Amino acid sequence: MAIQEQRLIFKYLDEPSYSNDIDCYIKHGGYEQLKKAVGMKPEALCAEVLESGVRGRGGAGFPAGMKWKFLDRKSGKPIYLVCNADESEPGTFKDRQIIHKDPHQLIEGMICSAFAIQAEQAFIYIRGEFFKGYRILEKAIEEARAKNFLGDNILGSGYSCDIVVHRGAGAYICGEETGLIESLEGFRANPRIKPPYFPAALGLYQCPTIVNNVETLCNVKHVIEVGGKEFAKIGTPGNTGTRIWCVSGHVQKPGYYEFPCSALTLGELINDVCGGLKPGRKLKAVIPGGSSSKILRADERFTGKLKNGEEFDWGIEDIPMDFDSLMAVGSMSGSGGVIVMDDTTDMVEALANLNYFYAHESCGQCTPCREGVPWMRKVTARMCAGEAREEDADLLKSIADQIAGRTICAFGEAAAWPVQSFIAKFKDEFVEKAKEQAARRKDGQKAAKETTLI
Amino acid sequence: MNLKPETLDKIEKLIPRYPTKRSSALPLCHLVQEDQGYLSNEGIEWIAAKLDLEPINIIELVTFYPMLRTEPTGKHHVRVCRTLPCALSGAYQTCKKFEEAFNCKVGHTSEDGSVTLEFVECHADCGHGPVVMVGEEQYNDIKPEEAEAFAAKLLNGELGAQV
Repeated sequence: MAIQEQRLIFKYLDEPSYSNDIDCYIKHGGYEQLKKAVGMKPEALCAEVLESGVRGRGGAGFPAGMKWKFLDRKSGKPIYLVCNADESEPGTFKDRQIIHKDPHQLIEGMICSAFAIQAEQAFIYIRGEFFKGYRILEKAIEEARAKNFLGDNILGSGYSCDIVVHRGAGAYICGEETGLIESLEGFRANPRIKPPYFPAALGLYQCPTIVNNVETLCNVKHVIEVGGKEFAKIGTPGNTGTRIWCVSGHVQKPGYYEFPCSALTLGELINDVCGGLKPGRKLKAVIPGGSSSKILRADERFTGKLKNGEEFDWGIEDIPMDFDSLMAVGSMSGSGGVIVMDDTTDMVEALANLNYFYAHESCGQCTPCREGVPWMRKVTARMCAGEAREEDADLLKSIADQIAGRTICAFGEAAAWPVQSFIAKFKDEFVEKAKEQAARRKDGQKAAKETTLI
Repeated sequence: MNLKPETLDKIEKLIPRYPTKRSSALPLCHLVQEDQGYLSNEGIEWIAAKLDLEPINIIELVTFYPMLRTEPTGKHHVRVCRTLPCALSGAYQTCKKFEEAFNCKVGHTSEDGSVTLEFVECHADCGHGPVVMVGEEQYNDIKPEEAEAFAAKLLNGELGAQV
């Protein structure tokens, strides 16, 4: 018996009769929370979001209410709200569903949030590849404007705010909030250094700016609906609300599944919800929170202490799916992208694939990242091409160690973590690759075997 | 510059929506590219002049953002996602089949100009890999064993919208 999903954000969007137009949304109780919100004090709304404990769904998991609290309100400069709809972390495909099937939920969440922080203007930064999503959002915004849910003097409240949908053009780094801001200003998406450029103080046009993920902003609507205190009862303390887990790779039923935080373990997600692996295959590894998060090996034991002091001793399938547990086992829940790999996966190739991605996406601003990440790509590509050396694992680790912590933005870590964790957990396979190739060469065979992931 | 009246209309409406003119640089690149098929030197200079910028300010965008291009594509622009979740679903083998069917190496345009075949990075639909885009339309679950039939349909103009 499969575990039942408990949908909050995705409650309606897969119902056959549900469509993405405003009438359908209103029929399902849409924009009621906006009506409620504009009758409240903005500070009261911010307090509810803080009390809800809702953490950012884009990757970092920073409490949204806290982020809002950091807003510099004394500068007298206009405040901006930006929705990060760049959804570029490989393995993640949740925001796409909201944008395509329930855009008004996002718009309602955004206007509620914009009112709460008293933003003068709001933007949705949507990735360029979402051609259709862009058109859907544009249409939805027109519909909402026609009903005065946005625009001038929203619902007679005296508050005015408009949303501009801004299309990216295929750069992963635009998902990083300061890179996104640079891009929105019309520049290359080179991230800014923090401090001083914390967006809440010096963001878009050097004005106080809040950048929140699509799912985070949708959550705001639900916080308003039930109140922060009630919302915080979903999930566990510190891990409130639901999470949408996007499962891809070697499972029978890949897809997106919404559950309260901590409601299930990684094993239940893979075996019960996603129907397990293909017949005859064994679990080898899982990347639990988007491609940047550190890989978990199937036969590892995870022991240690949780934030609350509780001791744990888990196998991979016992790990509860929430922010803190995945952090405790040395990885992260990140953007919720769970990439599953079975025993047919060649780990050197898998890392070569990821290195190709990060080398392609480095913005080139910081030397360790610009030079180091393509170097790692070259090493793993060479290994797959038949020229693996036994010392390559150590070389890769040494390069990664010299990138992480030495760059302006977290991309350095995002690119280093896969390499560090693949080497830490599968070093034997990297060394074995060199030995196998040497043996084949000795036999007069071609050293490289045919690759499937690079 | 011979931009279509609809494009010009969109551009005129778009610029004042931003607090600064420069913010509309990337959207203008999209609009001009959609109109012309690519960004020519003339197009780049036109955008720069429109926004009171220097051509280099636009060139640095064109050379940074992967979706902007300075050459036209073939009649069909085929983009295959190659990032890990799609690769685990067979994206590389799918692309190999495409190379044969289109008689075109990935990263190139076929000699008859019918297809430009490219690898792209994650398109955020990883539960349905391999993900393939043809122009602005997305197609999911294009497994290697279906790639040949897919390519044939595409060349015969029988490829409808999938979703």
